[in-house]
Amino acid sequence: MTMFWDAMTIVFVSTGVFFFLAGTVGLLRFPDTLTRLHALTKADTLGFGLIAIGLLPQSADVRVGLKLLVIWLILQFAGACSGQLIAQFEHRSRHSS
Amino acid sequence: MVDFYFGAGALVMILTGLALARLLWGPGPADRMMAAQLLGTGGGAIALLIGTGSGVTAMVDVALLLALLAAFAAVALCAGEPGSKGIHRERIK
Amino acid sequence: MSMLPDLLLVMLVLGAALWTVAARDRRSSVIGFIALGLLLALVWMRLYAVDVALTEAAVGGGATGLLLLRACARLDSIDAGKPSAGRTLQLLIGFCCAAMGVGIAAAALGGPDLPPTLAPAVAANIDAVGLGNPVTVVLLAYRAIDTLLEKIVLIAALVGVWSLAPDDVWGGPPASLKLAKASEPLTFLAQILPPVGFVIGVYLIWNGADEPGGTFQGGTVLAAMWLLVMLAGLAEPPETRRALLQYLVVFGPAVFLISGFSGFWLAEGFLSYPTGFAKTMIVALEVALALSIAVIVAMMLAGPSARTPR
Repeated sequence: MTMFWDAMTIVFVSTGVFFFLAGTVGLLRFPDTLTRLHALTKADTLGFGLIAIGLLPQSADVRVGLKLLVIWLILQFAGACSGQLIAQFEHRSRHSS
Repeated sequence: MVDFYFGAGALVMILTGLALARLLWGPGPADRMMAAQLLGTGGGAIALLIGTGSGVTAMVDVALLLALLAAFAAVALCAGEPGSKGIHRERIK
Repeated sequence: MSMLPDLLLVMLVLGAALWTVAARDRRSSVIGFIALGLLLALVWMRLYAVDVALTEAAVGGGATGLLLLRACARLDSIDAGKPSAGRTLQLLIGFCCAAMGVGIAAAALGGPDLPPTLAPAVAANIDAVGLGNPVTVVLLAYRAIDTLLEKIVLIAALVGVWSLAPDDVWGGPPASLKLAKASEPLTFLAQILPPVGFVIGVYLIWNGADEPGGTFQGGTVLAAMWLLVMLAGLAEPPETRRALLQYLVVFGPAVFLISGFSGFWLAEGFLSYPTGFAKTMIVALEVALALSIAVIVAMMLAGPSARTPR
């Protein structure tokens, strides 16, 4: 059974790392600020979530597992809000100058 | 498995570290802030991976803090916008 | 194999530090500083100093960014068009910083290979205090005098900030932190996040007794949540002359001092705890201190009075 959970961890964490790769490539290669914002707030939140899910079977006890889920929930919320905030900042600075 | 966690953590660090090039290139504060934000999320992931790999569960709390304060830098960016209220004295003599 | 990521981390830290110093405009260099803080949190984690990593994440991620970015905006409005500090002054500042860096490096590299440490003594005596987190044991039991003075310095710092208020607005509330442009996502964030953040702050304070965490980390998180509410305009900063606010500021250090002096009667001397009650007292002290730290940090970031008291 351990092997199954280990395999699950490896699959999910690897996929998560892949999304971080996507986020980095997007942040570096997309042409302008607002498109780059897509790369930031979506890819890395998803990558983080996959890594958190992947680590769930390995968590020391239920408390740590729950904490992983809570962290991911907070991060989704914070990521969504900060994406909007940065977009608004960019929008204002374009229209004021 | 331990090697896997540390390896994955190292990879995330390399990736978010590379994204710091945005800090250099900019061009605007929003772009630079995005690089810092990606580093925050990546830092949380690294904390989880290293914490699991080394068995130090307290590192999960570092990820918790980074996630909680992830939006704070974006709020600070807006608060530090030129012409924000509260930056100037409201009564000018 | 495991050297590689650490080497990379060191290079990233140096890169971010260099960028912070070399960036042409203030805002960029402040954002570089925020990134540097996050990298340093990672460094502390790699050194297995989780308490310090938590502090760095809370202070670097929550407090300094806001403080410095607001300072940027203020400076922009003050010295728009004016030339920056003279070359001589810049060189002097650079020279002093470099000298300090070299001094610290020399002290770190020049010492004995295995620096003298009291860690084994702490580990041997940790059971006498009854706490599980050696950092908290050192901070609140063995070196309590340092911690006490550190908290009193915080009060002095807040008094320093408040003293910048001109006479006509003395005692009034700090300038509103509310953003110039209303922002729905921010309002939403400030409605949802603070309850969660409050629980996490309390958790860190409570956890500090046995696991990494503690007063400063928890207090800073509480302060950050309060600031978030004020930034969204859901609450206004209180008047600095309000008695309740001032009592809260001195509450933690005062309780600390009283418990310190009570050590003369109840235990062996100043700042010592009666046998068997050490843990209870330390946890109570931590709660009181965290409350004061939260208020002090939030009020320091809010700034001096800027409006006439009502």
